[in-house]
Amino acid sequence: MTKSLRFRAAVVSIAILCAFIGTWHLATRGTGSVAAMTPEYAKLMGLTATAGKSAMPGPLDVGAKLWEHLKRPFYDNGPNDKGLGIQLAYSIGRVGLGYLLAVAIAIPLGFLIGMSPLMNKALDPFIQVLKPISPLAWMPLALYTIKDSGLSAIFVIFICSIWPMLLNTAFGVAAVRKEWINVARTLEVGTLRRAFTVILPAAAPTILTGMRISIGIAWLVIVAAEMLVGGTGIGYFVWNEWNNLSITNVIIAILLIGVVGMLLDQVLARFTRMVTFPE
Amino acid sequence: MSTFDNPFDPARRLRSGCSCGQHASASEHDASLQPAMQCVAPESEAQRYEGVVASAVMRAVFPKEVARRAFLKSVGASSALAVLSQFFPIKTATEVFAQGVGKLEKTDLKVGFIPITCATPIIMAHPLGFYTKQGLNVDVVKTAGWAVIRDKAINKEYDAAHMLAPMPIAISLGLGSTPIPFTVPAIENINGQGITLAMKHKDKRDPKDWKGFKLAIPFDYSMHNYLLRYYLAEHGIDPDTDVQLRSVPPPEMVANLRADNIDGFLAPDNICQRAIYDGVGFMHILSKEIWDGHPCCSFAASKEFITTSPNSFAALTRAIVDATAYASKAENRKSIAEAIAPANYLNAPPVVLEQALTGTYADGLGNIKTDAKRVDFDPFPWQSFAVWMMTQMQRWGQIKGDVDYKGVAEQIYLAADTAKVMKEMGLTPPASSYKSFQVMGKTFDPAKPAEYLASFKIKKAT
Repeated sequence: MTKSLRFRAAVVSIAILCAFIGTWHLATRGTGSVAAMTPEYAKLMGLTATAGKSAMPGPLDVGAKLWEHLKRPFYDNGPNDKGLGIQLAYSIGRVGLGYLLAVAIAIPLGFLIGMSPLMNKALDPFIQVLKPISPLAWMPLALYTIKDSGLSAIFVIFICSIWPMLLNTAFGVAAVRKEWINVARTLEVGTLRRAFTVILPAAAPTILTGMRISIGIAWLVIVAAEMLVGGTGIGYFVWNEWNNLSITNVIIAILLIGVVGMLLDQVLARFTRMVTFPE
Repeated sequence: MSTFDNPFDPARRLRSGCSCGQHASASEHDASLQPAMQCVAPESEAQRYEGVVASAVMRAVFPKEVARRAFLKSVGASSALAVLSQFFPIKTATEVFAQGVGKLEKTDLKVGFIPITCATPIIMAHPLGFYTKQGLNVDVVKTAGWAVIRDKAINKEYDAAHMLAPMPIAISLGLGSTPIPFTVPAIENINGQGITLAMKHKDKRDPKDWKGFKLAIPFDYSMHNYLLRYYLAEHGIDPDTDVQLRSVPPPEMVANLRADNIDGFLAPDNICQRAIYDGVGFMHILSKEIWDGHPCCSFAASKEFITTSPNSFAALTRAIVDATAYASKAENRKSIAEAIAPANYLNAPPVVLEQALTGTYADGLGNIKTDAKRVDFDPFPWQSFAVWMMTQMQRWGQIKGDVDYKGVAEQIYLAADTAKVMKEMGLTPPASSYKSFQVMGKTFDPAKPAEYLASFKIKKAT
């Protein structure tokens, strides 16, 4: 039964994909020559102007270009032109760094907030104000104060991925069953040991859910940050191709950003399953 | 008088001004008659340098142009050179010159640029080897926008950068940023912009009909902004109340024009031509028709870089002046377009760059137009340019109160240093760093900026 359900779902997925690509192809077909032009003049104009080619690339254009990129993902033609593999590696590296920094601060701080009602109340207003700030709003400030564009991008990742982890950790820690803590207390377990042996395992699923939300946000932010700062990374690639009005390459980048984001999410989803326990 | 003319030419005119009286100089007169410039490209780098050194020696031996001309007429250019080489070791001097003068404090440099044709000398100096010739290892780094260039230059991530000509003035005066002394050792390019309008406006060629238009410019402290405002105001349109001016990054200009979101823009080249190439706009006028020979972008470095690494700075300036000289020759433009088109540099279709650089272009209305000076290159940082920009900054309310025009211009536009570098290279810099010029038929006298400013009817109420 499940097998047939999975099979049927796959069929529907493929049908949707085909319908989408078919519509896309039809919608972006050229209309044939649009205006009378002398051959010399036509030579100076682009295909959109001469052949009525749609400004939006069709699926075939994107496919061909994607194949070209996938064939050589790691070429390096100087500081402003690198293969997609290298660009993605730069982005993942930045996200990793900013994210790990955030983990290193958010989880201990979240523990503190979760375990101490006083700190919870005291820090709450700050968290509530800082949490909804858009990542890009930090960018000019970071560039101006940190005075290093690479570090600024990492800082923006850090500042944006810290909040979901912090809140989830605090919530998870605060929501640990009172009975368990009381049992630990009766057995005269020290605070530190209690934190590691009772609270951490109990709160782990919630903490990892927070981490999973955070990595999603971090990956969302990096593209925008790199578009602003330039230099390297998939966001820079999008900007560079946008500069050339190459929508084909922009679509390819969007596709890859989606795939990498999904992979990052899946990795953390797996970790979450590992620490979840049936009650 | 062109910067890059030949002192071995006995027929070179001695005074500025041309025979017909219509042009500022004879070379301009010649250029207006012939689309292509007449200079002949030297065959190799070695010969080029030898020419440069020989020119310098010639100028040193005969500082008076009249005497030089008489001498050349009597013996001929080639024998003059032969005579000179007997007294002066031109070969050795060429080698010394090619290696630079002082020891370079820093050879690995980073120069930021924005991917538009204005950056041509900065970019082409990399693939064509103008930097390496000066013993420099320069990384040219594409940058995401003018504000980022400003911040990265201020943060010292870049040793020098491509900036809009008014930007170093704005940064030094603290307009829109913390005040940090910046300088302009060379102008990147002159002309090279245009007003592009959406196809639906092809019958509205009179700016008087433009009330209510939404027009885009790339940055507030730009020649684009000042020239568009000037052009509109001259036609009786108040740029602050009658139209909407928006700061929009160049690629978004084309997309917005296609989406019918703006009516037109005054943008740097390859963007104007790109809009035409994609069939979404047409060229209304070139910025050259507003002010022929206006500066567009500049090559900028912080004062700190100059004081800490004077020799590297001089070498960098030499490379840029050298590249600018190469780019100013019409016959090199096609190969330059090819050299700077790849993704590592401008990342634009070569046919678009070629049209912008050679000046033979489709205008979007079905005509092929030719204007060899659509983009041109002349590095000399005229201080009168800076004074003009400050009058416009005041006119549109960017600077409030009195301005020490000359003081600021002389601190930022390093005409004296550039002249020195140019002399070292055997070029003749202009004797004065102020010149008068005309913007839409109105003469600007750099000695009287306040009167000039007062003469405008349309300006921001202060």
